[in-house]
Amino acid sequence: MLAKLRIKNTALAAAVGIFAILFIAGSVMYPNFLSLRVLLNLLINNAYMIVLAGGVCFTILTGGIDLSIGAVVAMTSMIAASLLRSGMNAYLVIAICLLTGVVFGTVQGLLIQYFGLHPWIVTLAGMFFARGACYLISVEAIPIKNQAFYNISQFKLYLGPGRFISLNVIVALVFLALCLYLAKFTKFGRTTYALGGNRQSALLMGLPVARTKILVYTFSGFSATLSGLMFTLYTLSGYGLNANGAEMDAIAACVIGGVSLYGGIGSLFGPFIGVLVAGVIRTMVDFQGTLSSWWTKIFVGTLMLFCIVLQAVIVEREKARKADAQQKKRKKKEPAPAELAEAKS
Amino acid sequence: MRETPTVKKGDVVLSMRHIAKYFPGVKALDDVQLDLRAGEVHALMGENGAGKSTLIKVMTGVYERTSGTVTLHGQDINPKTPQEAQDLGISTVYQEVNLCPNLSVAENVYIGRQPMRFGQIDWHRMNADAVKLLESLDIHVDVTKTLDSYSVSVQQMIAIARAVDMSAGVLILDEPTSSLDSNEVAQLFAIIRHLRDQNMAILFVTHFMDQVYAISDRITVLRNGRYIGEYLAKDLPELDLVTKMIGQKFVDANTQAHRPSKDYSTVRFVRMEDISKRGLVHDFSMAVRAGEVLGLAGLLGSGRTEVAELLFGVTHFDDGVIYVGNDEVKRMNPRKALADQLGYCSEDRKVSGIVGDLSIRENIMLSLQAKKGLRRIPLKKQQEVAQKYIDLLDIKTPSMEKKIGDLSGGNQQKVLLARWLATDPKLLILDEPTRGIDINTKREIENLIVKLSRQGMAIIFISSEYEEMVRTCDRIIVLRDRHAVGELTDNQISQDNIMKVIAGGVAQ
Repeated sequence: MLAKLRIKNTALAAAVGIFAILFIAGSVMYPNFLSLRVLLNLLINNAYMIVLAGGVCFTILTGGIDLSIGAVVAMTSMIAASLLRSGMNAYLVIAICLLTGVVFGTVQGLLIQYFGLHPWIVTLAGMFFARGACYLISVEAIPIKNQAFYNISQFKLYLGPGRFISLNVIVALVFLALCLYLAKFTKFGRTTYALGGNRQSALLMGLPVARTKILVYTFSGFSATLSGLMFTLYTLSGYGLNANGAEMDAIAACVIGGVSLYGGIGSLFGPFIGVLVAGVIRTMVDFQGTLSSWWTKIFVGTLMLFCIVLQAVIVEREKARKADAQQKKRKKKEPAPAELAEAKS
Repeated sequence: MRETPTVKKGDVVLSMRHIAKYFPGVKALDDVQLDLRAGEVHALMGENGAGKSTLIKVMTGVYERTSGTVTLHGQDINPKTPQEAQDLGISTVYQEVNLCPNLSVAENVYIGRQPMRFGQIDWHRMNADAVKLLESLDIHVDVTKTLDSYSVSVQQMIAIARAVDMSAGVLILDEPTSSLDSNEVAQLFAIIRHLRDQNMAILFVTHFMDQVYAISDRITVLRNGRYIGEYLAKDLPELDLVTKMIGQKFVDANTQAHRPSKDYSTVRFVRMEDISKRGLVHDFSMAVRAGEVLGLAGLLGSGRTEVAELLFGVTHFDDGVIYVGNDEVKRMNPRKALADQLGYCSEDRKVSGIVGDLSIRENIMLSLQAKKGLRRIPLKKQQEVAQKYIDLLDIKTPSMEKKIGDLSGGNQQKVLLARWLATDPKLLILDEPTRGIDINTKREIENLIVKLSRQGMAIIFISSEYEEMVRTCDRIIVLRDRHAVGELTDNQISQDNIMKVIAGGVAQ
């Protein structure tokens, strides 16, 4: 299936290129950078972000946004940790958490669709709500000592001696495949693109606009809790300050990966690449050792600006090219009133 | 195309009888008939506000009719949503391309009803189907490319392909040509003829006279929501059609009654030379002199307003030159126009004119303030200016601090005029300044136009009411299909001649 995915999106191609350049640069600058372990760690450390970005990508494709996802990650970690502390079965906790996300997202979607509210406002409120709910549960971090949960977190798939990926990575990759499939091969996915392309047209073409608009927030909420669970497995604790600003990282990943914030344009492969690009920068900062972690933010910020400008330039060029082509085409042809007059007689 | 009852050419496929549609206080349609026949292109004609769009909206389920019957293939139907009408097989292509630019051509044709295989979209079959459908309509495009890689005309054809594929023999084309150039129109017509020959019943709405006669077999005329008649296109000369649409017998003798004396200077204040804007105006030239009232006449959509907007820099022209005085202007914008002492009183005062929540004084001051820049004009001065124009134009209001939104239409129009007069323009463009206002105010405004021009102001006057153009203008340029098709001067200025030129004739 992946082979079928032609990279039509120039911005995405650029992101892939940037990733490659950064990785090569890292390999040249730092010994030991070029290794399977670095690559696998990249996936392990960013697995939850891959899921988060993939989920929010659908809302962005409709021309919307979901700002609540970072807070939902924290809320999920708190719910999971507190329920586990009370002795609940680990699998039941996971199911409850995922359900919370589905409900949370759906409610946001319903508000956006049926009250005509701007997604920005609704999900901002959702963000405050989820963040607040964390502290309602506990103002302090809750460590997780549940054995079953611990066992899940320790699952490793060995690819070679000392080289492994965690369960989170497997989940993230399966999730990525799911996103790609949803976007390309289901009516839901195509309607998502149509909505982002031209909402009015989507309505007039008889597409299920309302349903799709709600469902993207349902999906985003679901992915946020899934991501939250992965984050909890990763840190083995719940804390209200977890994943602070993660929604912005996720949105940035989408933009770097060539997903247009205006909606309708971008591949689900984009957020994945975007996350990896940001991850590589972080790894490089780590390798340097002397740089503060804020450098990551500065790099990612610069990069995002670069990506947006690149998109704008490409779009402008494309427009100009088309206009030229049409002008040329028109000049070639004979003026048509003759044809009209002919038809008239 | 989906299964339809077999029809012969000329059979009535869709019939609307005694259709009425009332909105609160307005009879938008009153006892209107329309019969669409298989294998015919039927043009629906009428001026703006005649009820064409309302009729189409009734047919396509956007509006519910107040009374009357609609039958499709002999069955009574009453679609309540566009979707329902679509499901019944009434397909519509709108003026704006209603497709998604970011999706592929094939997807645009089939989205919402994609071929599925094993529960997933069968892209392979969808693309193949799209190629087959488009080839059958003689449209040759790469169906896997995104829609926005093609020109508007091709997009419009793809919209038609989608509509045809979902249709049960009825196709409604609601001004599909309004953003196309003549080549593209010809291509579109080839497709329409092709569909007609396949016994589709096609309803075609347009503002362009040429196009009506080029493509349609039958014409139904509406006027003021009333049914005027159904005619065979070949039996209805253009002049008669215009007469029926406008509903005036134009033998008005007093054409010269209020015309100003022509003592305008020979200095051409503004010139437009070969101004073109793709899809809006084609090779338009004119010059207007100080002290002259120049009229732009033509049916709605003929390019009148577009010329005004190009001149004032609301839209930017692709080709040509504008001269203001002796200065060549390559790119006009409203700020520059204002600085060059141009004023533009726009067509729809509600949308682009008045600021309803501001007071009369504030509305009058807007343009002057914009011209003066950021430094606030002192209140005292503002009051002086406002009072001057309230008196001059006889604006009826208890106070200049009243909200403009509370005034009557005529008085709002006067405030708009005052706004521009306050900037002391050398050229004032008035686009439909008298629309929707009472007859007395109309006369007042006409008189004011004449008076201003005598004081040396150049005025461009646009109106749908030829009678008032004849009364006020020194010269009239007639537009049709985005071209200037004639110019009337002196004794030529009469309603009769305006209509003749619009209908494609020559003035006498």
